[in-house]
Amino acid sequence: MSELIKLTATEIAGLVAKGETSAVEVTQAHLDRIAAVDDRVHAFLHVDSEGALAAARRVDERRAGGEELGPLAGVPVAVKDVLTTKGVPTTVGSKILEGWRPPYDSTIVQRLRDAGTVMLGKTNMDEFAMGSSTEYSAYGPTHNPWDLDRIPGGSGGGSAAALAAYEAPLSIGSDTGGSIRQPGAVTGTVGAKPTYGGTSRYGLVAFSSSLDTPGPCARTVLDAALLHQVIGGHDPRDSTSIPQPVPDVVAAAKLGATGDLTGVKLGVVTEFTGEGAEPGVMAAFRESVDALAKLGAEIVEVSCPHFRYALPAYYLIAPSECSSNLARFDGVRFGLRVGDDGNRSLEEVMSLTREAGFGAEVKRRIMIGTYALSSGYYDAYYGQAQKVRTLITRDFTAAFEQVDALISPTTPFVAFPIGARTADPYQMYLADLFTIPTNLYGGPGISVPCGLSDGLPVGLQVMAPTMADDRMYRVAAALESVVGTFTPPAL
Amino acid sequence: MTTTLPAYDEVVARYEPVIGLETHVELGTNTKMFCGCPTDFGGEPNTRVCPVCLGLPGSLPVANKAAIEATIRIGLALNCSIAEWSRFARKNYFYPDMPKDFQISQYDEPLCFDGYLDVEVNGELVRIGIERVHLEEDTGKTLHVGGATGRIHGATESLVDYNRAGIPLVEIVTKPVPGTGALAPEVARAYVTELRDVLRTLGVSDVRMEEGSLRCDVNTSLNLPGEEWGTRTETKNVNSLRSVERAVRSEMLRQASVLDAGGKITQETRHFHEDTGDTTPGRSKETATDYRYFPEPDLVPLAPDPAWVAELKAALPELPRLHRRRLQEQWGLSDLDMQSVLNAGAVELIEATVAAGATPAAARKWWLGELSRRANETGVELADVGATPEQVAELQGLVDAGKLNDKLARTVLEGVVAGEGSPTDVMTNRNLEVVSDTGALTAAVDEAIAANPDVADKIRSGKVAAAGALVGAVMKTTRGQADAKTVRELILERLGAQG
Repeated sequence: MSELIKLTATEIAGLVAKGETSAVEVTQAHLDRIAAVDDRVHAFLHVDSEGALAAARRVDERRAGGEELGPLAGVPVAVKDVLTTKGVPTTVGSKILEGWRPPYDSTIVQRLRDAGTVMLGKTNMDEFAMGSSTEYSAYGPTHNPWDLDRIPGGSGGGSAAALAAYEAPLSIGSDTGGSIRQPGAVTGTVGAKPTYGGTSRYGLVAFSSSLDTPGPCARTVLDAALLHQVIGGHDPRDSTSIPQPVPDVVAAAKLGATGDLTGVKLGVVTEFTGEGAEPGVMAAFRESVDALAKLGAEIVEVSCPHFRYALPAYYLIAPSECSSNLARFDGVRFGLRVGDDGNRSLEEVMSLTREAGFGAEVKRRIMIGTYALSSGYYDAYYGQAQKVRTLITRDFTAAFEQVDALISPTTPFVAFPIGARTADPYQMYLADLFTIPTNLYGGPGISVPCGLSDGLPVGLQVMAPTMADDRMYRVAAALESVVGTFTPPAL
Repeated sequence: MTTTLPAYDEVVARYEPVIGLETHVELGTNTKMFCGCPTDFGGEPNTRVCPVCLGLPGSLPVANKAAIEATIRIGLALNCSIAEWSRFARKNYFYPDMPKDFQISQYDEPLCFDGYLDVEVNGELVRIGIERVHLEEDTGKTLHVGGATGRIHGATESLVDYNRAGIPLVEIVTKPVPGTGALAPEVARAYVTELRDVLRTLGVSDVRMEEGSLRCDVNTSLNLPGEEWGTRTETKNVNSLRSVERAVRSEMLRQASVLDAGGKITQETRHFHEDTGDTTPGRSKETATDYRYFPEPDLVPLAPDPAWVAELKAALPELPRLHRRRLQEQWGLSDLDMQSVLNAGAVELIEATVAAGATPAAARKWWLGELSRRANETGVELADVGATPEQVAELQGLVDAGKLNDKLARTVLEGVVAGEGSPTDVMTNRNLEVVSDTGALTAAVDEAIAANPDVADKIRSGKVAAAGALVGAVMKTTRGQADAKTVRELILERLGAQG
């Protein structure tokens, strides 16, 4: 195994910049690793070897030409299959988009290219980002590198597993209810959900427009911050993008890495430290809280009484929006078309296409959402859920009047065995119990590894006010400086 | 179904109609509502498209500010309140010409609401309440090929052109209009006409009904006097001003025949047929789609700055009805005369001619007289007849200066219309200027007196009216190029008579 794949993105970029290695060499090392382990991990749905090596060669040429390169030039990145990539298959983990090659790049991917990063390929995910284990991918599950019989989290299990399996030093995820943070937690990697509107959704195949947030995944907090800086910032093609610069998350990560949290006040969310989480998870969390206190942080308990309604509100808002967002997959303009035999009506062809193209979980959510938006039910379901959303936002606002950031375990349980929760949707939904409130509020949240429970990683979540993404990086980096990073057993 | 329809007079004697109109206007913005694609009419199918207006996965809309501005201006012109806070909403239904299978529209939070438009019918003012003015995106167009009629039945293939998809569309909805009685069809037509003129004055749309940039749905119901309003039908596919009037009338007659027979009106969408003037049923509203409207999460709410709205309001042009009233006063015209100016489509031409220096009376005379006659003869719009307001004003200037008389001026105008140049050019080139050389005129007068001794005697004996005959003779010898008044004065002078 090449030593290059064990390096952080920061280290790789440094070596490439100094000419001590080349982008091509780094890229080839990762492609070799993918070839060696991905049949067992299945983090990737598509590996773009040619495109990656071509991009790497361009970086090497630019460097040879004396060009000043960005902080992540030459670093390989894996991209969740939810983001459009020009000419490169984009399936969203669904049969309905099998073989679709988008004619345009998403803003995130465009920025990655502009920054000189090297896109290795597209990572596996729960179909349309609906799920918490990657088991709902139409192309088969991804396996957790810590234990191949366990799930890597979801929906962005591919992006997290690729990091833990050393197939990529950086990856991109998207977080609608926890799809970056929860996979990060259960794979022992770092996953950050930026402030909603802080990263562009243009080219992100929509699940729930008011919640979807693309963000960075990495093995260290500083790497995540560097990636965040590259992909973040205003995009005129996304109306909901915030027209402000990204807070200096890199400086914040560096500050946090000094291990000094003097003057920082952290609130432990009372509602998330009760019986909802496994004892092993709570133990690792408690130890981390003590560690943060030793670094100088003031720790207080903060109650957010409406967080208990977050899960039901989320499971009305997200399906409602998805029922509308997924309407366009009708077999008319792109993707799968079933039953077009010249005799069937348009409606039949649309129905057959959607019947064949969508998986059970996607259908479940489309039906829930369609029902919740129906005339006569709207006020009781979608309308009521929006009111809950307002109350949750008020909980956050009130909490941030008392503390700088909130902390909790990222997820109630460590990686569970594949197949353990697929029979009962509600058991699956519980995986996002602690991450969903942040999505409803729109603020940033990060999961950072904080320990092990029975040999499996546990994540700690830091939640900050909107557009104060820097705060969570500081706290996460400080914790990382004490607990270190976690390496899974060799594959 | 061949039912004998009742006579219109009987219908309006028994029933009271209530009408309502929904008008869709394609805005004339350079780019589409939510992307940068061009909006011009025509073009090869599917050439004016991008990921956004094709609704490709991952694409996002960004609202067009020029379209929002145009909508607010329409709202202001229709005396509406402008929302301080407004949102787009998704209207969900599956149809292949709608790329996202939902339309971005507005639902309970429109940009403009609660206004009115005054229209004149038979000299009476009717106030039409405006319920709302909202902004949405147009759909693509479906083309059914292989069938006989271009309809979906019998077609072998259906093709979709998305060039139109995403063009900004403003929907203007009236409140129900009761109490117009027999005039209901004319009121409907007058409203659409006035609305079209307002939109044209605002410069927000080319308002061409035949190209579909102005589209109208007509709601009609009938009720017995003193009873509640009846069930309404919505007639679509009404594509000309004349059709608006015919559609209301036809639907009134049809509904009356149903009601007369003891039947009930079904709430439904009906289609108007230009050829027959009838309506036929479309989709029944009872089984109508539940559109599952909800606020569009991809777009931020609109909160038009009140100062900006005030600026737009202050900058509104004078609206057609007030403009016409002011011109009528300035020009000193009776209602009837003004009506004939309107009917001739000459308001703007006369206005421009007056602006170029002619008196209103002279301008009106040329445009409603000689030029209207020519336009009718050649079958062109008055504005395209071949003379500009500036040329007409110049022509009248030559008449006023005594260089042309009325007859010569008409000849010069012919030359202008034929493209021979300005009135002065034509006059000079064709040598048509009035003869003002008194020496030459005196000779012609003497010749005429000598040739008509009887007439000369009459004049000498005081019958000055007889001078006309001699004037005619002089005009003949000078080929019309003399000033008749001067000739007459000369004749009287030579014969020692008093004018």
